Amino acid sequence: MIEVKNVTKIFKTKNGELTAVDHVNLSIQKGEIFGIIGYSGAGKSTLIRLLNGLEKPTSGSVIVNGLEISSIKGKELRLARQKISMIFQHFNLLWSRTVAENIAFPLEIAGVPKEEREKRVHELIELVGLSGRADAYPSQLSGGQKQRVGIARALANNPEVLLCDEATSALDPETTDSILRLLSDINQRLGLTIVLITHEMHVIRKICHRVAVMEAGRVVEQGDVLEVFQNPQAEITKNFVMQVSDSRESKESIEHILKNYPSGKLVKLIFVGNTTERPIISYLIKEFQLDINILHGNISQTVNGSYGTLIVQLDGDSENVEKALEKLKSMNIKTEVITND
Amino acid sequence: MIEALFPNVDWTKMWEATYDTLYMTAISTAVTFVLGIIIGILLFLTSPHQLWANKIVHFLTGSLVNIFRSIPFIILIILLIPFTKFLLGTIRGVNAALPALIIGSAPFYARLVLIALREVDKGVIEAARSMGANTFTIIWKVLIPESKPALISGITVTAVALVGYTAMAGIIGAGGLGNLAFLEGFQRSREDVTLMATILILVIVFVIQWIGDTITAKTDKR
Repeated sequence: MIEVKNVTKIFKTKNGELTAVDHVNLSIQKGEIFGIIGYSGAGKSTLIRLLNGLEKPTSGSVIVNGLEISSIKGKELRLARQKISMIFQHFNLLWSRTVAENIAFPLEIAGVPKEEREKRVHELIELVGLSGRADAYPSQLSGGQKQRVGIARALANNPEVLLCDEATSALDPETTDSILRLLSDINQRLGLTIVLITHEMHVIRKICHRVAVMEAGRVVEQGDVLEVFQNPQAEITKNFVMQVSDSRESKESIEHILKNYPSGKLVKLIFVGNTTERPIISYLIKEFQLDINILHGNISQTVNGSYGTLIVQLDGDSENVEKALEKLKSMNIKTEVITND
Repeated sequence: MIEALFPNVDWTKMWEATYDTLYMTAISTAVTFVLGIIIGILLFLTSPHQLWANKIVHFLTGSLVNIFRSIPFIILIILLIPFTKFLLGTIRGVNAALPALIIGSAPFYARLVLIALREVDKGVIEAARSMGANTFTIIWKVLIPESKPALISGITVTAVALVGYTAMAGIIGAGGLGNLAFLEGFQRSREDVTLMATILILVIVFVIQWIGDTITAKTDKR
C-alpha cells in the first residue's frame, strides 16, 4: 500500500543543512495501523508529510496506492490527496464554518454535487458520533469533538489512507482513548490503512499493528508491536516501552525488597499472548510448595495480544525454586532473575 | 430652532453635498475593497514560504504599495490630475475625485489585508492543501472567510479615512461636505455652515464605524 524507499529529506536553513529524514525505508500493508514513534524533532512530522506530498523528498521515492507521490504534481497530486486524508494535532478546522460545513469542505473540493454532499455529511456526523452538533461552530466544541470533526472531514472522500499527525497529543487521556477507539473502529469497518505518528507509547500499544521507532531522522527499529514490546532492541525503544510498563517506579520498590528480604529469589516473569491468562502462581505454590510474594504486576493489551510482567519473590527450598524456574521456561514464560547489582 | 442656530445654511446645497460625500465614499470604498484584497492576496502569496513565494514580484508589489501609501493625499490628487483628465476627460465633479481616492486608499487597505491574511492559521491552509485544494479554492474558501473579521474592520478604518480624503478632494473641484465647509463656510466666514458640515461628516463616520463593528462581530465565530 505504502512504500517508502530510501527517502532522505534535507532542509536548507540559515544555520546550514538539516537532515530531517535520513535514508528511511518503510513498507506499510493495506488495512493495517502503522505507528511511527519518536520524540519531537525525530523527523516523524516530516516523514508523514512526505506521504501526501506536502513535502518532497530530497532523494528516494514514496509510493502510495500505486502512485509515486514523490514525483507527481499539480492536478494529479491534488487528486491523489483526496484519497490520502490527514488529521492534525491541532485539528485545523475552519472556525468560520460549522461542523457540517467543515465536513463538506473536502467534498466541495472534490466537486461533489450539493445534495449528495448533504447526505454524505449527515452520514459522517453519525459515524463519528456528533449527531445534533451539525450547526455548531468549532469554538463551541471540546477538543475531542473537534478531532471527531477532523476525522469525519478526513473520511469524507472515502480515502484509502488516513494519516494521523499527533492526532491525540492535544487531548486528555480519556478523550485520547475514545478517539483511538474511533480510529480502530473505522480501520476495521472501512478497511482503511492508518499511519499515525506519536510520542506516546500508549497510543502505539492501544491500536497499532506494527511500529517504527524514529530517532534523529532514522528508523532505528521496526516490527510487530507485541514483538517490540517484548524485546526492544534500541535504547530509545526501551525507554518508550518503559513509558507503558511503568518499570521505572517498580525499580525503586525492587531495590527496597532486595534490601529487606534477602532470602529466596527475585524473579521477573514475562508473559506474552495467552500465557497471561493461565493461573501460574497458584500452580507453582501447589506444585513446588513455595512461598510467593507478588511485588509488581502489569498487563498491557496490544492489538496482537497481551503482554505482561510480574515481579515475584520465590521463597522455599532452593532445589524447588530451580525446578519452578525450569517449569516456567517449559511453559514459554520468559524469566529473569533479579540480583543486587 | 435649527434655522435660528444655522442661519446661513442653504439646506438644498447641504444635502447635495452630503449626497456627494456619500457617493464618493461608497464608490471608492467598494473599489478599494476589491482592489486592496487582490493586491493584499498577491503580497501574501508571494511572500516567503507561501504558495507563490516569489521575491521579485513580492518586492515590486510591496514597493509600489509603499510609494503610493507614503505620498500625502493632497499631493497625490495634484499629481494625478493629468491621469484623471486622460481617464475621464475632466477634472471636475464627484467622479473626478474617484481615481485619486482609490489610488490613495487601495495600497493602504492592501497592507491591512496582508496583516489580516498573516493571522490565518497556517495549519488550516495546510489542511486544505492535504485535501487536494488548489490555490483558487484556498484563497476563496480558506483565506478570505478565515480573515473576514479583520478584512471588514480594515475596510471600516479605510472608509473612515476616505471620508476625510473626500473633503480634501474638494480642491480639484469635487463636491461634498468638505468642499462646502471650505468654500461656503471657511472662506465666507460663515461658521454655522462649517459647523453643520462637520456635524454631518461626524454622523457619516459614526454610522460607518457602527456598521463595520456590527458586521465584524457577526462574522467572528471564534
